[in-house]
Amino acid sequence: MSSGPPKLREKAEVLDESALDRALTRIAHEILEKNGGAKDVTFVGLRTRGVTLAQRLAQKIARIDGTTLPVGTLDITLYRDDLDMRGAPVVRGTDIPFSIKGKTVVLVDDVLFTGRTIRAALDALIDLGRPRMIQLAILVDRGHRELPIRPDYVGKNLPTSRRETVAVRMREHDGEDRVVIEAPEEA
Amino acid sequence: MAWTRKHLLAMRDLDAAEITLLIDTAASLEEIATREIKKVPALRGKTIVNLFYESSTRTRTSFEIAGKWLSADVINFSASGSSTSKGESFIDTAKNIAAMSPDVVVVRHSSAGAAAILARELPCSIVNAGDGAHEHPTQALLDLLTIRERKGHFDGLHVAIVGDIAHSRVARSNIHGMRKLGMTVTVAGPPTLIPPYAQELGVKVAYRLEDAIRDVDVIMMLRLQQERMTAGLIPSLREYSHYWGLTLDKLAAHARPDVLIMHPGPVNRGVELSPEVADGPYSVILDQVAKGVAVRMGVLFLLAGSKGAGENA
Repeated sequence: MSSGPPKLREKAEVLDESALDRALTRIAHEILEKNGGAKDVTFVGLRTRGVTLAQRLAQKIARIDGTTLPVGTLDITLYRDDLDMRGAPVVRGTDIPFSIKGKTVVLVDDVLFTGRTIRAALDALIDLGRPRMIQLAILVDRGHRELPIRPDYVGKNLPTSRRETVAVRMREHDGEDRVVIEAPEEA
Repeated sequence: MAWTRKHLLAMRDLDAAEITLLIDTAASLEEIATREIKKVPALRGKTIVNLFYESSTRTRTSFEIAGKWLSADVINFSASGSSTSKGESFIDTAKNIAAMSPDVVVVRHSSAGAAAILARELPCSIVNAGDGAHEHPTQALLDLLTIRERKGHFDGLHVAIVGDIAHSRVARSNIHGMRKLGMTVTVAGPPTLIPPYAQELGVKVAYRLEDAIRDVDVIMMLRLQQERMTAGLIPSLREYSHYWGLTLDKLAAHARPDVLIMHPGPVNRGVELSPEVADGPYSVILDQVAKGVAVRMGVLFLLAGSKGAGENA
């Protein structure tokens, strides 16, 4: 803990506030189109920003379609495959106050990278019941997959280098709606 | 705040942030009990040995369920029917079990310090599930979780712990935990059952039940530990129950209407608690037991869930 992670410097803006909003609007429309409406669709967001994005998508669908879809929260700490490689992680709890059995679950996360988080999320979801279908909505797909996982809805495809970090900032947590690429400061 | 300890031996060792992390982790795992499939893969491939030299229903079962819900392999060892009855010493037995490479050993023993000895002698993580009259940290943690869920916070709460304080590891662990979290503690019981060092623990002492339960937020009743009593510390059970048993009448006359009644179990009905109180609306005794599984999941997860932890403690 003494040295800490290397300092990150903002390299480029990927989405500004209105671009982020337009991407979510488009995804909301795509979800309705792909599923022939909002019937039996539920949202499950991955902590922390996936939940916020899921709530935004649910609001947009309510505005377009008039249907209020339930939004659940998934914590995948207990399903990680790298528990042995990290310090003791903080478990923050899963809260899905509705049955996902027979439903179409749209899993929402901010950034898709190696795919390991989504692998863990799929295991966690299936332990909670048997959904009819699971779809994946992602704000930024930055590549570098290590597992055969692909998203159904993408806000922005963004080729990155492994050294870079994609930071999704949201009003509820960070005071602004913006996506930026950060790179380690040159030593 | 990250967990860094290898063992959980005593509440006395922990600071407020560590206690809060343990309780928060437990609270976030409570949800597993409500699932259709009560199993998560967090401790897959880990081995947990329950090494119990004293009888126990709640604690051993609770550790076993907790380990199994986290997908660990849980092995129960009890002293009766084992090589202990053939004359093997405690440390030899423990070293033999350690040779089978468990990740966590949960130990209960009638001698204070038994868990600390294992922590020194064995390479794996040790959880103290009760050592003599010394400490029982997971019981204190589940009591604290129960209190926080019912009262919403700890700050400024006043707790009365009533009964056989001298022989109670539950009382001692709770006193350490509650003091660190900013609660006020009053212990009460017959003078023979109040330890001489009570004041050093930072608690108030009362010698009448009526004084102890007035204006407190929580009343924790303890069992008379007759198995640990060597001489006649109380005149008779009947007299003890007359002066120290909690009944509806005494509650109504002296306690606050929103008081919580807790008991670590096993309850001696009619001695320290009348059945009407044990089963009454203020009683959270079975809630405590349910929280026990969540707390033990939290402890096992923090100790065994990551290799990064535990190099320095």
